[in-house]
Amino acid sequence: MLHTIISRLLQGIAVVFCLLLITFVLVRLMPGDPFSGEKAHSAHIIQKNKERFHLDQSYVRQFSVYLGFLARGEMGDSPVKEQPVTKIIKHSFPASLILGIAGISIAILIGIPAGILSALKKNSYIDYGTMVVAMAGISIPSFVIAPLLAGQVATRIPFLKIAGWGDPFDWILPAITLGLGTAAYLARITRGGMLEVLNQDYIRTAHAKGVRPLIVVTKHAIRGGIIPAIAYVGPAFAALITGSFIIETIFQIPGMGQHFVNATKDRDYFLLQGVVILFGTLIVFANLAADIALVMLNPRLRN
Amino acid sequence: MTDQFPRKKKLHILHKTANFPCMCKALLISIVIPTFAIVLSACKGDSPIDRYTQKKILVLGNSAEPQGLDPQIVTGVPENNIIRSIFEGLCVEHPSKEGVHMPGAAASWDSSDDFTEWTFHLQPNGQWSDGTPLTADDFLFSFQRMLHPNFGAEYASMLYYIEGAEAYNKGQAEDFSHVGVSAPDPYTLNIRLKAPTPFLPELTKHYSWFPVPKHIILKHGTIDQRNTPWTEPEHIASNGAFTLKTWRFNDYIAVEKNPRYWDHATVKLNGIRFLPISNQYTEARMFFNQQLHTTYSLAPEMIEYASNQYQPYLRQETYLGTSFIRFNVTDPKLMDLKVRQALALSIDSQAIIDHVLKGGQTPAYGIVPPTADYHTPKVVTFDPERARKLLAEAGYGNSKKLRLTLLSTDKEVSKRISEAYQDMWKKHLGAEVSIEQREWKTYLARMAELDYQLVISGWIGDYPDPTTFLEMWKKGDGNNRTGWSNEAYEALLAQAEQIKDPAQRLRTLEKAEALFLSEMPIIPIYWYTSNYLLHTSVKGWHPLLLNNHPYKFVDLVQPTQP
Repeated sequence: MLHTIISRLLQGIAVVFCLLLITFVLVRLMPGDPFSGEKAHSAHIIQKNKERFHLDQSYVRQFSVYLGFLARGEMGDSPVKEQPVTKIIKHSFPASLILGIAGISIAILIGIPAGILSALKKNSYIDYGTMVVAMAGISIPSFVIAPLLAGQVATRIPFLKIAGWGDPFDWILPAITLGLGTAAYLARITRGGMLEVLNQDYIRTAHAKGVRPLIVVTKHAIRGGIIPAIAYVGPAFAALITGSFIIETIFQIPGMGQHFVNATKDRDYFLLQGVVILFGTLIVFANLAADIALVMLNPRLRN
Repeated sequence: MTDQFPRKKKLHILHKTANFPCMCKALLISIVIPTFAIVLSACKGDSPIDRYTQKKILVLGNSAEPQGLDPQIVTGVPENNIIRSIFEGLCVEHPSKEGVHMPGAAASWDSSDDFTEWTFHLQPNGQWSDGTPLTADDFLFSFQRMLHPNFGAEYASMLYYIEGAEAYNKGQAEDFSHVGVSAPDPYTLNIRLKAPTPFLPELTKHYSWFPVPKHIILKHGTIDQRNTPWTEPEHIASNGAFTLKTWRFNDYIAVEKNPRYWDHATVKLNGIRFLPISNQYTEARMFFNQQLHTTYSLAPEMIEYASNQYQPYLRQETYLGTSFIRFNVTDPKLMDLKVRQALALSIDSQAIIDHVLKGGQTPAYGIVPPTADYHTPKVVTFDPERARKLLAEAGYGNSKKLRLTLLSTDKEVSKRISEAYQDMWKKHLGAEVSIEQREWKTYLARMAELDYQLVISGWIGDYPDPTTFLEMWKKGDGNNRTGWSNEAYEALLAQAEQIKDPAQRLRTLEKAEALFLSEMPIIPIYWYTSNYLLHTSVKGWHPLLLNNHPYKFVDLVQPTQP
């Protein structure tokens, strides 16, 4: 097990390094630079600023300087925001983490029970109803759900705000928006997994032996039935934590998602590289955690 | 029995509560009680804005997270809005009158007859928010830092009016003592300019001219070092009506009244909160839900709705900016003046304002927005018949169609305006114009490299003087971006620079603009209007050309209930 974890971690480092390298080159190939704006500045000022960030040097030199930063635990300064990238991430990550945890909790609490119920009541109105709602959840984009919740729900409930990030009540609507899509996917995946397990011989044997249906489901079926859902939850959690540009801008949340989009738009090379490293690392760890959970649930994988 | 059961249960809960461990009690105190308090306060019916109004805290939508709070590094409007609250220049805006300069860090000022020598007498009780006296030495330090060749201040050129400033900034002169600023005593600042500049007090209201605290900056780094932590709330010292209290990245910036401000008795607000709301629809929804006193802007498609539903809050005010189309005059088709004129005369700006923008803008007939003293020459008007004639003279018609490409940004409003231009050129000239939408930086890069034929553009003045719109068309200026230049035009600008009489200077600038427009490297479309929402509880907030509302005169008064 330990060998597998170490091997996966080494693979993860290689993946993140490749991600960084590709991002590093691609963002520099885009037209423009961090210092171009509607008002053009003098050539000597632009040159001075390029020198400050080593952007006047070759890509190889720039990349080696950047690796030097990483070796010292830094990520360089953002040439647009004039602040250390680590500081920007430190300020933005807590909001994304809270939102991601709330979102995945909602997704699990809604998606998995709905999928199980749907599988147990296969081809009934409950099944059809649940799957129609799940399909709607997958199909309706967050930029439709978010303004609807803000405009129709927040205006009617006194302690909810249209947008803002001041107190825990402000987490509710963004977390629902973020969690609904994942809940819908989870419901469909769980239903599929459960249906497969419920048709297995050992479930039929348990029923034949007179085990109560509730025990058959909770003790025997769920353990195998939610394996596909667990495999999905890991990466989904990483995706939720890394934030959502749309949800953050609609609900005015100081999270990470907007940096991903704005850093690209602003040619904020260092911020984008920092965000890519963070997101890549999170996805590597989330996948690793999902794999470990799967091994724990399924003894056959231990070999 | 039914009466006793609930009581027993209640006693049981109380008993359990009494035995809670400390952590649970802390949880109860820290989460449950504030939660109830919030719910109760929310249920009382007070909106967030009512509560902030009672506390005299102004809550503003401010578009984006600021690039920083160092007045010598930043370049944007959101930064300007915050910096004006915590720092103050030599002169400040009048709350309601354009062109009137009020004492700021300087109590009074005078100039030589030819407006080249200026003396500013600083406030005798002026001080930084940490109690350190604000002296002329701080201004000398600020000017030196702004112009330091290693510092790389983007707005350094705003100080090029000072004698020797440009040479020092470009590294052509190493000694700062050759720059025309001096301090004969701690409360007197002399500024020597390279040419008559009657509008210098106007320039000093721009944040590039603001003083920065020498003693704080040098504590955290050297004079030419950027990016030091001196602007963080725990370090910063400022000289404005407010001081920085909280900076929650991407969430809000809060400033509070500065008790050491020289004119603190005038300041009515206790604080201001700046919210970086980038989504215009979110901002409008927050305003309608009583979470903001004012929005930064209002999306064009929401103006009609706001006008119908929220008329008392809608503000449509003249703004010092011009929307125009640039021609690439080096393009073979657009080298011909008649083609440029034909394209210009077939744009119906009023129709675009009425049907696309709906924001009360004014059709533009020149690049400089007219003021009481400056009369913009009327060169460009909508005349489709003449446009067709000019295009025919240029050799285009049914047999040879004019085909061009219009470069635009990826903003929704840019797309709709571009489509309107395309339709008008098709309708009036039979020209086939295709639209290329590009994201912001690509759009800027292509414009700078003259990699376009037509491009939608805009310009906002830094200060209310025609030169802020006219200087950029000089040969080699980074903001020209048309390939156009004209020696006679530049000679007129140089001539105006040396004229001592302000009225005569403006007449010469009008001549320069007339010449510029007759060559038509651009098509003026409309002069900007600032559309935004303002709560009726905000008092002392009047229309100003640059929207630089001096916060010290703003007050919050709860509207009386009908």
